[in-house]
Amino acid sequence: MRKRAFVLAVGVVGAAVAFYVTAPQDLDPRVLTDAPFESDPARGELVMAAAGCASCHSAEGSDALAGGKAFVSDFGTFYAPNISTDPDHGIGGWTDYEIVNAMMAGVSPNGAHYYPAFPYTTYSKMTPQDAVDLIAHLRTLPADATPSRDHDVGFPFNIRRSLGGWKFLFASDDWVVADAPTPEIERGRYLVEALGHCGECHTPRNILGGTQTAQWLRGAANPSGEGRIPSIHPDDLGWSEQDIAIYLDSGFTPDFDSVGGEMVDVVENTAQLPPEDRAAIAAYLVALP
Amino acid sequence: MKSLSLLAGTAVLAVATIATAHADEDMHPTVVARHAQMQLYAYNVGILGGMAQGKIDYDAEAAQTAADNMVALTSMNTASFWPEGTAEGTKAQPAIWENLDDFMSKGEDLAFEAQGMADVAGNDLASLQGAMGNLGGTCSACHREYRAR
Repeated sequence: MRKRAFVLAVGVVGAAVAFYVTAPQDLDPRVLTDAPFESDPARGELVMAAAGCASCHSAEGSDALAGGKAFVSDFGTFYAPNISTDPDHGIGGWTDYEIVNAMMAGVSPNGAHYYPAFPYTTYSKMTPQDAVDLIAHLRTLPADATPSRDHDVGFPFNIRRSLGGWKFLFASDDWVVADAPTPEIERGRYLVEALGHCGECHTPRNILGGTQTAQWLRGAANPSGEGRIPSIHPDDLGWSEQDIAIYLDSGFTPDFDSVGGEMVDVVENTAQLPPEDRAAIAAYLVALP
Repeated sequence: MKSLSLLAGTAVLAVATIATAHADEDMHPTVVARHAQMQLYAYNVGILGGMAQGKIDYDAEAAQTAADNMVALTSMNTASFWPEGTAEGTKAQPAIWENLDDFMSKGEDLAFEAQGMADVAGNDLASLQGAMGNLGGTCSACHREYRAR
């Protein structure tokens, strides 16, 4: 009898912990109010290029951020939502805080977790200044009334509450590479680990879809099932800093092969950045431990 | 005895090496042909790109030759290089055969930009650099959908 009570007590405590752990945690609203930010949409356009928003949120052959692109994974198929300025189907009606809470905490305006196909676990390291500049830029873009498509995700992954547990296990505010010995490498770390979210594809994931940071940027299986996403660790890549910077600008590899697949969109984005940013990414990558 | 097993080991290794080499030769002849064509693109674009990037000194004659080679290479009729069912084990994407007209028109874009390069490559470095972006753009425009990375 006593044993049963004990089991019951453990169960209740466990459920309470699970309830607490899986509850969506909003971003501290002070992130936008602590300092009076002047937002600059022109700077925000560069932030958007570095963060690669359009690569996922625009459909084939369209510049509007109307969503619709499919992402096949072991957990189901995710469809990028409409993030255009349409007030009903996009984010035109959202407050700045609602947008920043979505990007940096992965919580929707109605308080639900987003699936981590949306790389909020890396955007969480975005500076508030970059976030407000990005939002200012997003608000200048055209509206598109295409409705967002529901994800095609089966049980149990369709229980969004469970993503709280996922975040508890895998989301981290720490940099993967703790040491950034120069300002250039520090900038490169920010571009790779926060905005560029390179590790989302180039780092292998465990069975629950968490990135295996011990294998950081050392290549991974393609979630769509075909082929592998290559390692960009210097042990495997063997490119110089200049080679990497040129590739991120022109799309040419050192032996004049050219970029292909999804990476074409990435290089279109990195080509818009100032040359110092491409050099910073290169400096970070060749210095990887 | 020791030397015999060493000999046997070497023989096994040699057979394994031959088998690997043989596997390459077993590729569909059209796959080998189109890989070779891509290599020739890369070689000539490498000369032009190397000059554009400042890795090689600009040489008007060498630039013109490379650009003319690109015009020659892109004027070949390559329709027979892409028979259906030859994607497996290669980076070619099945999308090629779903959008064959678009795929072929991307090849025509490359031929057009190769001619654009040949028109100016021998003038000076700035002209070559000016034409490089469009030429390189046609590579990734096609590789985006039709080649895995």
